[in-house]
Amino acid sequence: MTQPPKSSAAPPAGAGAPTLPAVPPQPLPHQRAGAGVPAASPPPQPRRTAFAEGVDRLRAAATTEPGRLRIIGALLALLVVAFGAVTAWQTTDRAAAADDVLGRSQPLSSDAADIYRSLADANTAASSGFLAGGQETETSRDRYERGIRTAAEKLVRAAANSDADSPSAATIAELNRLLPEYKGLIERARTYNRQGFPVGGAYLRYANEKMQKEMLPAAERLYSTENRRLSADYGDAEPYPWAAIALGVLALAALAWAQYRSYQRTNRVLNHGLVAATAAATVALLWLVVGHSVARSNLGDSYDHGVRSLNVLHEARIASLKARGNENLTLVARGAETKKVGDETHDAYDFDFQKNMGALDKGLAEARRLADDKAGEQPVTAAVGNMAEWKKRHASAREQDENGNYQQALDMVIGGKGATVECFDGVDASLADALGHEENEFRQAAGDGRDAMTGLPVGAAVLAVLAAAGVLLGIGRRLSEYR
Amino acid sequence: MHARRLRVSLKGWGGVGAMAVVCALAVLFVLLLPLAPSHGGGKGGPDTGGPGATWGEQARAAEECTAPEKQTLSPSPADGPTIDEIKSREGEKRKLIVGVDQNSYRWGYRDPNSGGDAELEGFDIDLVHRIAEDILGDPDAVQFKAIPTDQRIPAIQDGRVDMVVRTMTINCARLQDVAFSAPYFRTGQQLLAPKSSPITGYNDTLADKEICTATGSTAFSTLEQDRKDGRLVASADLRTTVPNQLDCLVRLQLGEVDAVVTDGALAASQAAQDPTVQLKGDAFTTEYYGVAMKKDADDLVRRVNQILVEFRQDTEDGWQASYEQWLSATLGDDSAKSEPPAPQYLRKS
Repeated sequence: MTQPPKSSAAPPAGAGAPTLPAVPPQPLPHQRAGAGVPAASPPPQPRRTAFAEGVDRLRAAATTEPGRLRIIGALLALLVVAFGAVTAWQTTDRAAAADDVLGRSQPLSSDAADIYRSLADANTAASSGFLAGGQETETSRDRYERGIRTAAEKLVRAAANSDADSPSAATIAELNRLLPEYKGLIERARTYNRQGFPVGGAYLRYANEKMQKEMLPAAERLYSTENRRLSADYGDAEPYPWAAIALGVLALAALAWAQYRSYQRTNRVLNHGLVAATAAATVALLWLVVGHSVARSNLGDSYDHGVRSLNVLHEARIASLKARGNENLTLVARGAETKKVGDETHDAYDFDFQKNMGALDKGLAEARRLADDKAGEQPVTAAVGNMAEWKKRHASAREQDENGNYQQALDMVIGGKGATVECFDGVDASLADALGHEENEFRQAAGDGRDAMTGLPVGAAVLAVLAAAGVLLGIGRRLSEYR
Repeated sequence: MHARRLRVSLKGWGGVGAMAVVCALAVLFVLLLPLAPSHGGGKGGPDTGGPGATWGEQARAAEECTAPEKQTLSPSPADGPTIDEIKSREGEKRKLIVGVDQNSYRWGYRDPNSGGDAELEGFDIDLVHRIAEDILGDPDAVQFKAIPTDQRIPAIQDGRVDMVVRTMTINCARLQDVAFSAPYFRTGQQLLAPKSSPITGYNDTLADKEICTATGSTAFSTLEQDRKDGRLVASADLRTTVPNQLDCLVRLQLGEVDAVVTDGALAASQAAQDPTVQLKGDAFTTEYYGVAMKKDADDLVRRVNQILVEFRQDTEDGWQASYEQWLSATLGDDSAKSEPPAPQYLRKS
């Protein structure tokens, strides 16, 4: 800032001749014509800031019409470009968030729900296999293997999409560690079962404990984390781009004022450049408001009719899986665990079964309320029917068990025709249908929402540049009248 | 402020109040003493009392309980209120409700390869069928309830089961809560460890080792007491307890514990399921299995004792036959060391 002045210091006479030519800024003394002394003699004026100089120059310019026009032109161009830039920036943000909703956070939240579901499914299948004894049926084995496979696949996908040090990543790592452990325990249980040793059952209990106490809670954590992320992405995509809209309105107002001013001074109605600029800015603003509103309403739809239904259905499906697991465990444990509620002693697993069924009931009612078309309602209605039948059959299976007819009770739960397994499978299949339908609806609405913002950032930028060019041309035309 | 008020109030009521508190504490103490777990079921000898033996109350209890397996009622085939209640059950419910284990190989378990049916089988289950046949006339009139080790006594007390036939050791602490039949099997605590393990038996090789026991089992209470009394090295880690003795084998195979302590009869069942583990050393206690029933079910206790007498006398289809069918493979052909002594019925009411 305040360096020893290079140009104004007196050159040491004779000395350092070669350095001299670089130093003296010749034009300066020339401009200050009249001061006949070459170089050094006037006392160096304190240098002023560029801003202050600029203000001075502006003040000087504002006294003449061309100067004023120049300032107005510059301000208008600046305003229009700022409007374009802010619009591009804000809509890019929102488009990216909408894209995340569609392509990242919703699939991830769905995946997390699938991880939970397939883990619970595998565990339920494993306990059914145990109930069936060494002769595990093919369906229960397939079901178990499918559950494990799905969980493993979705875990990889979730891992690829999570940030390295996020809580999701830690949960996924934990699940990844537990899954082979669990599988190992189940395989040991199967081997011992085939040899006829009851220690197989002990392994199954241990595996079940690991699933219930460590894996499912972790999967549930993952699901709620991903759901929170989904909500956050919705939160980023939906708010109106107020800054861009405000700048747009301001730019339009300024353009209108400039034209009014020009009309008053020249009595000419139209200035082509300014009119073009106004048109471009108006289109950009309209595009912004309409595009974003459409996107917003589509996204809102995708949330109300897609995500909310999906959440409710996922939860209902998980409740039905838990209920099935507890129904099996009631028979596996054979009265080993009890729970005291008030004065009454209940079988712990049957108590949980009733609770799960309550949750399923509520979930299905809610899903039916949220279903907005026939295709969405139909599978839910089917699930409700299956659930009612399940409850009925479960009650009679329980009665057999209470009466000590264990084998009959077992047949009524895992046997073929007329067993509760049919109802559970029915509920599960219907809910899978309903989930598929709602997923489609979500995709449609969210896709429409994202598409409504397609091109908006680029379009806004281009229009803003056009508008700025219009301003410059229009003002330039007026300026040329002063030459 | 407080202190002064206290002093003032002490002047008036201090003496009386303090006496009352001391009396209440004394009464409470005396009442609580019999509940303290008395140790060493069936071990006999003078060590049963423990350090607090000077208290008359406990000394008397210990004296009464030197041979818990003898504290039962004499056999009788007569019906009484408990048996009448069981017989009066209607239709499908006309069954004897029995708490059993479904995880004790060859005692009470479900053979996963038995062809899809879910029948429990084993030595204990044979006995249950025998009791059901005697009381209700049908060996299959039984509702089995699987019960974890530490739920055996609550299940009886709450009336969830009529009796528990589940390798249950007769001991003094349990006699406070339930009534036992005469003993029907002799066993003792034994140590199970991998063949390659440096553990040689119930001795100092257990230093710094983790030992698994079932929650609420005699194994756990014995080890805990022994560690307190110095018969077990203090560094032995007893923290791993599981719902069922068989879960210990799982922990052992997974390397989470170094050894398992359970009844020799059950330890042998575990060893039979895994050829890489073995019993280490001899049994270090002597215990007897009995059928547990509600404390006031006198008629049922007498009836079961009657059935046990017949069960042991029956050479065709009784104790010996069941032993040979289920246990000779794991405990050896000679049943003599598993047979309980001739029963004595010292309990009068």
